[in-house]
Amino acid sequence: MSTVSEKILAQASGRGDAKAGEIVKARVDTAMMPDVTSVLAIEAMKKMGAAHVWDPDRVVIVLDHVAPPSSVNSARVHSVIRGFAKEQNLKHFYDVESGVCHQVLPEHGHVRPGTVVIGADSHTCTHGAFGAFATGVGSTDMGAVLARGKTWLRVPETIKVDINGSLGEHVYAKDVVLRVAKEIGVSGATYMALKYTGQTVSDLTVAGRMTLCNMAIEMGAKTGICQPDHKTHRWLRDHGVDDDESHPLPPDPDAQYRRTEELDVAGMQPQVACPHNVDNVKPVTEISGVEINQAFIGSCTNGRLEDLRQAHAILKGRQVHRDVRLLVVPASRGVYRAALEEGIIADLVDAGAVVSNPSCAACFGGYIGLLGPGERGIATSNRNFRGRQGSPEAEVYLSSAAVAAASALTGHITHPEEVA
Amino acid sequence: MMKLMGRVWRYGHDVNTDYIIPGRYMELTDPDEMATHVFEEHDPTFKDGVRNGDIVVGATNFGCGSSREHAPLALKHSGVGCVLAESFARIFYRNAINIGLPALECPGIHDAVSKGDTVEVDITGGVVRNLDTGIELCFNPLPPFMVEVLNAGGLVPYLNETEEW
Ligand code: SF4
Repeated sequence: MSTVSEKILAQASGRGDAKAGEIVKARVDTAMMPDVTSVLAIEAMKKMGAAHVWDPDRVVIVLDHVAPPSSVNSARVHSVIRGFAKEQNLKHFYDVESGVCHQVLPEHGHVRPGTVVIGADSHTCTHGAFGAFATGVGSTDMGAVLARGKTWLRVPETIKVDINGSLGEHVYAKDVVLRVAKEIGVSGATYMALKYTGQTVSDLTVAGRMTLCNMAIEMGAKTGICQPDHKTHRWLRDHGVDDDESHPLPPDPDAQYRRTEELDVAGMQPQVACPHNVDNVKPVTEISGVEINQAFIGSCTNGRLEDLRQAHAILKGRQVHRDVRLLVVPASRGVYRAALEEGIIADLVDAGAVVSNPSCAACFGGYIGLLGPGERGIATSNRNFRGRQGSPEAEVYLSSAAVAAASALTGHITHPEEVA
Repeated sequence: MMKLMGRVWRYGHDVNTDYIIPGRYMELTDPDEMATHVFEEHDPTFKDGVRNGDIVVGATNFGCGSSREHAPLALKHSGVGCVLAESFARIFYRNAINIGLPALECPGIHDAVSKGDTVEVDITGGVVRNLDTGIELCFNPLPPFMVEVLNAGGLVPYLNETEEW
């Protein structure tokens, strides 16, 4: 009678079973660090007396947040990390050209169903889309993982989020997860796992499921998780992952859930999270007309090929509104390359977009694409906290790529059907 | 580490890590430098007004958002002795314990204190006392494993003393 999380954590801690609430010491299959949290983790590892990482084949570093560096200090941070990767003989080091860690990781085969993925970044929960137990930790925790290959975890209770109904035109995974956030609230799933099930989830692409799991942390959850299916296995094989499909680990039929949240998304409109909380979600028509200065399409939430395709369908052959700057940032080099081949990038550039190299870019307000005081932005990323994308006097709205693109076209928040 | 006393800085619900220290300071690696930017935009009076041993009080979901350890580090290095809240976001909570900053979940605390009150916290006993009003609140003491980590001064010294892991 175990949930998937309980099963994975039992396996990883070498126990017969692990029940919600217990603290286990789990073996880590993949340990991931982005640029901004690595140095503190490396220092922590060294202070723990470890000269070497426990397994140079399981540590993945991605320079993504400030890539390439935008200041002398971030250049220094990158060179410290590069030096560490060399000194430790790390087999999987991704430099500034690679993209956002949560896209790079699965694309390069570091995420498999049934494994434990620990990342020094809060959106590590994204990898639950592949049926992994994936969660974010801070740098000291990561130092302990680097040193010993294990971490302590409280086995989470699980909220089952059962989503059914066919998505209408112009409605995507992002709209679904914003609706879920509205129902559950920004702290409604604290310490818990969100297990996404139902027909809508089965119908989503793997990329869409990544969007669902990515935002689990915005509800306080430790992880989001989807059951691997034929789409998952095909995605992994398509990305060259030697996936033997031997770890599907379905939950037991009588698994204990904290509760079930049922959602019918048939007929649902595109959704937008309004300032300054992710659960302040409204249907797009309720706020259409709100003027914007910037639209940002990118991030580990919605910077994938299908997101760029949504934007492309709307913007091709047209011009971005003169009062709006549109920033498009593919989530990874793979996404960038594919979008180039499909002609998406050329058309977006013609439409007036600034297309930047794969990175976190505007998402966390530490790099390019910041908002000034009094400005308003719409973004496909995952957080709209005050000050998240620049000035604390700016406002950030969160949406799908389709809504962001439609809004870039008209200069105000717009339902994509208005410009279709 | 068992008993602490300090003046209260009181904030509301969902105090996120961007409020505690904005993303642009994530490139910093020196905790004392992080401390110079703590609550910079959220409460500009904090960094000059905070004194050693002061106590930060939040409502629900304190520390939500990014996994940056810069947030608890900036608080700790600005002199904050502990953080009390109705509830914490989980990564902040882990990070705080891991760096040796007590984070204590104390239902009712937000309404039981005002800014500037002096409170006394008995960490192992699970009691908070507002010395200005006499109000006393009980909370569930931390699990033994976390008390061991805190007592050691954080996860680094704890692991240095522990072979079994
Ligand atoms: S894209 Fe944004 S949310 Fe994702 S890892 Fe980068 S900064 Fe974090």
